[in-house]
Amino acid sequence: MSMFDGLRFRNVSSPIHRIDPRAKFIYVCALFVAAVLFNQLIPLLILLLIQIPLVVMAKVVREWLRLIRGASFFAAIIFIMNVISLYFYGGYPSLASIIEHALAMTVRFIVLVESFSIFFLTTSPDMFGLSLEQIGVPYEFCFAFTTAIRFVPVLAEEAQTIIDAQRSRGLELEGGNIMRRIRNYIPILIPLIVNAIRRSLELAEAMESRAWGASKKRTNLYVLKMGSRDYCLIIVSILMVAASVYVWLFIKIPSITQILWP
Amino acid sequence: MWRCSRLIEVEDLHFTYPNGVEALKGISLSISDGEFVAIMGQNGAGKTTLVKHFNGLLKPTKGRVLIDGVDTRHVSVATLSRKVGLVFQNPDHQLFSETVEDEVSFALKNFGFDEGAINERVEKVLNLLDLIQYRKVSPFMLSGGERKRVALASVLAWDPKILILDEPTIGQDSYQKERLRQFIVQLNQQGKTVIIVTHDIEFVVECEPRIILMKDGKVIADGDAREVLTDLKLVSEASLILPEITQIFVRLNDFGFPRNVISVYEAKQLILERLFWRR
Repeated sequence: MSMFDGLRFRNVSSPIHRIDPRAKFIYVCALFVAAVLFNQLIPLLILLLIQIPLVVMAKVVREWLRLIRGASFFAAIIFIMNVISLYFYGGYPSLASIIEHALAMTVRFIVLVESFSIFFLTTSPDMFGLSLEQIGVPYEFCFAFTTAIRFVPVLAEEAQTIIDAQRSRGLELEGGNIMRRIRNYIPILIPLIVNAIRRSLELAEAMESRAWGASKKRTNLYVLKMGSRDYCLIIVSILMVAASVYVWLFIKIPSITQILWP
Repeated sequence: MWRCSRLIEVEDLHFTYPNGVEALKGISLSISDGEFVAIMGQNGAGKTTLVKHFNGLLKPTKGRVLIDGVDTRHVSVATLSRKVGLVFQNPDHQLFSETVEDEVSFALKNFGFDEGAINERVEKVLNLLDLIQYRKVSPFMLSGGERKRVALASVLAWDPKILILDEPTIGQDSYQKERLRQFIVQLNQQGKTVIIVTHDIEFVVECEPRIILMKDGKVIADGDAREVLTDLKLVSEASLILPEITQIFVRLNDFGFPRNVISVYEAKQLILERLFWRR
């Protein structure tokens, strides 16, 4: 679970938390485009490093590091797979350049993960739902989306209680072949699903008794308004994409191997 | 001999959840074979966390828990559960089978009982808890109180030496509560060690068990019901209120009545005595 903590909203007050979710989303997309555009180590490292001040500003360093640690397992797999495949099929001149390229792919993965992490760590599900609503997504979908996110921790806690209850009745989850292991999860999944359905029915009743959907046109207590800071971030994002495209088209990026051993 | 009589030994138990919440802060107690114990205290006092240590679901961060002389850190939950039956608060967290019968035999299968023994035990426990007519019914079709009884039956079936009930009275009507009380007392008289975790002081007081009061992960009192549950300071510290019968007698204290009355029968005797003495 600890890895997913890096994707769960932390309610602290910081300049990054106050940025409009739409602006943040555009920034994440820009970062995404830039990261996919390059496959050299140097620009990807730059993309990785420019996010660190943001993380520090958002006061989520600990959660962010935990996510990176969780992602490092996948990062290691990506690195190894790249080294192996490049060694056999890549036609790279030296081992150093193979390693550099594999490292670049790994850094790209981390950049993608961490940019999403910053977004979800600093944007509350409610804000996210609100911004979806204000870009025109129907309210029912926004509501379903935010509710789903909000109930994840509740379900996780419930699953733990059910596991405890069934283990107290002699259920052993470890051991046995794969079929047996899958069968072992039936006593956990059935109560979990039944309770989730029951809860959603209760939630629907509670919402209807509070007049959910009574008016066709909903208004919100909070209305997202873009401030100068938000426009700034959007402009920076656009500039970043433009600069990346320019560099990608017209400038030959040297590799570290070439710099070290020209 | 001395070792055997102490069924549960808790030595300086500390427990911290992975999220950093320190739920138990140094608990030491021992429970003997055949005792009847009620663990009481406010929400979040650590009652459920404590009993989850008794069957090894949670392992101590510091200190140790011995069940029948065995350190819980060295044995599996399944092994400990054979001795320690823990009935959870919400039956919906464990019911999953198609029929009540299957539900009750689930644990028996896990513990490796043979077919004949399973049938015999299921029949016995369903009769005992007045559920035999639902034998072939889905547990999901039953009422809340009945589901709770099915959950209890599914644990009692394997006849654990120690029975732990977490909040057994929640959602039960008075009639069911009374039956449950008689049932628990009867089990205890037959020699089973019974531990109940509850806020329901009126339910507990009639059974007159040993009371362990908890607050903020610590034991603040441990003693007879008569002693602990009539102590206004202790009781309010644990966010409970005095039993109704005690409240009356505390107020009658000026008239020379004792304060520490907890049973209706005793109260009646005292009042009668006084009435006839006056005349």
